Amino acid sequence: MPKITYIDSTGEQRTIDVQKGLSVMEGAIQNKIPGIDADCGGGMACATCHVYVKEEWFNKLPKVEDGEQDMIDMAFEPKKNSRLSCQLIVSDELDGMVVTTPSKQT
Amino acid sequence: MIKTDVVIVGAGPVGLFAVHQLGIKGLKSEVIDNLDKAGGQCIELYPDKPIYDIAGIPECTGEELTNNLLDQIKPFKTNFHFNERVQEINSEGDNWIIKTSQNKVFSSPNIIIAGGVGSFEPRRLSVKDAEKYEGKNIFYSISDKNMFKNKKISIFGGGDSALDWALELSKIAKVTLIHRREEFRGAPHTLNQIKKEGKVDIKTKFQLSSISGKNNIESINIKNDDGKETEVKTDYILSFFGLIMKLGPITEWGLNMDKKTIKVNTENFETNKKGIFAIGDICTYPGKLKLILSGFHEGALASVECFKRARPNEKYRFEFTTSSKEIQARLGIKTK
Repeated sequence: MPKITYIDSTGEQRTIDVQKGLSVMEGAIQNKIPGIDADCGGGMACATCHVYVKEEWFNKLPKVEDGEQDMIDMAFEPKKNSRLSCQLIVSDELDGMVVTTPSKQT
Repeated sequence: MIKTDVVIVGAGPVGLFAVHQLGIKGLKSEVIDNLDKAGGQCIELYPDKPIYDIAGIPECTGEELTNNLLDQIKPFKTNFHFNERVQEINSEGDNWIIKTSQNKVFSSPNIIIAGGVGSFEPRRLSVKDAEKYEGKNIFYSISDKNMFKNKKISIFGGGDSALDWALELSKIAKVTLIHRREEFRGAPHTLNQIKKEGKVDIKTKFQLSSISGKNNIESINIKNDDGKETEVKTDYILSFFGLIMKLGPITEWGLNMDKKTIKVNTENFETNKKGIFAIGDICTYPGKLKLILSGFHEGALASVECFKRARPNEKYRFEFTTSSKEIQARLGIKTK
């Protein structure tokens, strides 16, 4: 199973196995990883599953869609490497990916 | 005090259909919602996005679904209390006394919470001191544009609200429009109009980094992606980063919660408090799916228990809308 590492804003790391096909958001929710709220449940409608993706992984991800980019506008402290974790589907290619959660989601 | 059979908290699709399920059983409900209109997430988050999984409706938008549901419950002449949030509930015998933010008071044996992920509030600025200036120099909506006359306004956001107000206020004030990227989500023709008139100072790839001032804001600093800071003289900040959902006072009602959701008994969708039900996105139980269609089912089951509590001396009889004269009369259908 691919491993995804979530680092919170205090620097604490949590690495978990996430089943292929789940989103990075679902992996976090199912494993009670703090820092990801996912209020809308994965509908690209709330920006509360916002994460920063480590550079080397960011470039491996499918491109950001307009709808996602529009929501990132509203996220807390968006950066160049911001993504909504509900849109990141875990695959073998993303095994080892590292994401950082912002200090808050709203 | 308004006496009713059921108070429904939330006018989203699930709350609206609950009105129907209660209505055909002869129960009267009052609906309270913090927004200014019905529809909840359907209207606020995705009015134009098609939904493909409403049974029997191959495709409809959030707005169409809301309008159809409003149509469906028209016969019940339900009262809606918009722009109000339920603030406090207290028990009084077998009834609940419900108080809203506008000091309206309801008395009812049943409360159905169909609150989605909470009530919608504007997303607030989180830089240092922002709170100090909110309502004075920082606004998330505008009630009287004349207060901005001849002032220096910094507008944040990339959607229609930001663009519309930038264009409008540029006629009476000095406006700076600040957005984190070059593309705007708002209508292209508004942006073109702003550019054509050339009165708005547009700063893209910038975000707010700090606010300076004493009693009032005097200036703000904005930062670009490379960390370069620029000062913008500012009297007022207008921030348009959409709405977020906050659970609010519901968390203080003594209900069994699981993070932001309320645990229910799946037989009747009652919470741990007698006469308080939770349906739709806000409830949780093993296997829960946050789908509109699940919420419809949850409301139907909750309405049966509501009937038993509202009409303790009557026997509940299960009936079909196709054959029940009583239901058809409640729906205002003339039978031969």
